[in-house]
Amino acid sequence: MKIYIKFDFNTVCRKVLEDQLEKHKIKHRILGFGEVEILEKTETVAFSAFTAELAEYGISIIENQKTVLVQKIKDTILEMIHNPELVTVKSSVYLSEKLSHSYGYLSNLFSDVTYTSIENYIIIQKIEHAKQLMVSGQLSLTEIAFKLNYSSVAHLSTQFKNVTGITPSAFQRIINKRKEIALKK
Amino acid sequence: MQKEYIHIILADDDEDDRLFFTDAFEELKINTKVNTFADGVALMNYLNQPDAVLPDVLFLDLNMPRKNGIECLDEIKSDEKFNDIAIAIFSTSSSEEHIEETFVRGANIYIKKPSDFATLKKVLSDVVTLNWQYHTSGLNKDNFLMRI
Repeated sequence: MKIYIKFDFNTVCRKVLEDQLEKHKIKHRILGFGEVEILEKTETVAFSAFTAELAEYGISIIENQKTVLVQKIKDTILEMIHNPELVTVKSSVYLSEKLSHSYGYLSNLFSDVTYTSIENYIIIQKIEHAKQLMVSGQLSLTEIAFKLNYSSVAHLSTQFKNVTGITPSAFQRIINKRKEIALKK
Repeated sequence: MQKEYIHIILADDDEDDRLFFTDAFEELKINTKVNTFADGVALMNYLNQPDAVLPDVLFLDLNMPRKNGIECLDEIKSDEKFNDIAIAIFSTSSSEEHIEETFVRGANIYIKKPSDFATLKKVLSDVVTLNWQYHTSGLNKDNFLMRI
């Protein structure tokens, strides 16, 4: 017996893609024309498994090399902030050694893609980390300053104010009030 | 994952302010698409359309006829579909109490309206750049507070 089959490639590809995204529990939105928006940060391991399975169907993710390198810079910065004891040299030296590019190159590339400088990004991330620690409420501001390698609590407060325009205590007060209101609802 | 444009909306009843605002964005390095509305009712009607393109950043003037900025803020904050919008309050007031109140109600950014064009450009650029970092680096928007 012989049967004849007609394919609709778009439907097939879309179905495969959808099934794989579901299978790997990746929250997503398919935007059409080969574009998928990933809605939640996926763990690197899960994401590699996903891309490996897609590859079996001949589907691959197009990655822009520049974007990939910028992501690596960002990841390295986060690693530096969360483990300050690892960083014994200046952050520019650390980044350039770790990513095997000159700092000048990394720095220009970073500004082109993210609209901000590496230096500024490091500060933003440090302040974000300080905020998370403040919100979790387990450490005092002095302890947070020490943990994030600030020379003093005053230095942290000044930088916090420079980036956000408000003081750490005002930040804390606002977040606490929001929590109270949320609890009442 | 990167979008080509950042969508911006401004609701402000002053026509000159709206014009300055749009011009300022045109001169920035970041690609933006700017929509403006003359009051809170027009803004909310737009946002509540099922097919509306929701902005990444919404700039709200506090004093507007028909529906003011605080009323819009409260409506937006009570609807989950607007969770991803960063809200910037645009105001001439710099009373500390007032500012803190708008943050508590859920605003992310509080901007004291600059009086000259160069400062306006700088302020808008700072706001959009920081918002972009929140957007692209998966930072926690609940902790996004900025006063400028």
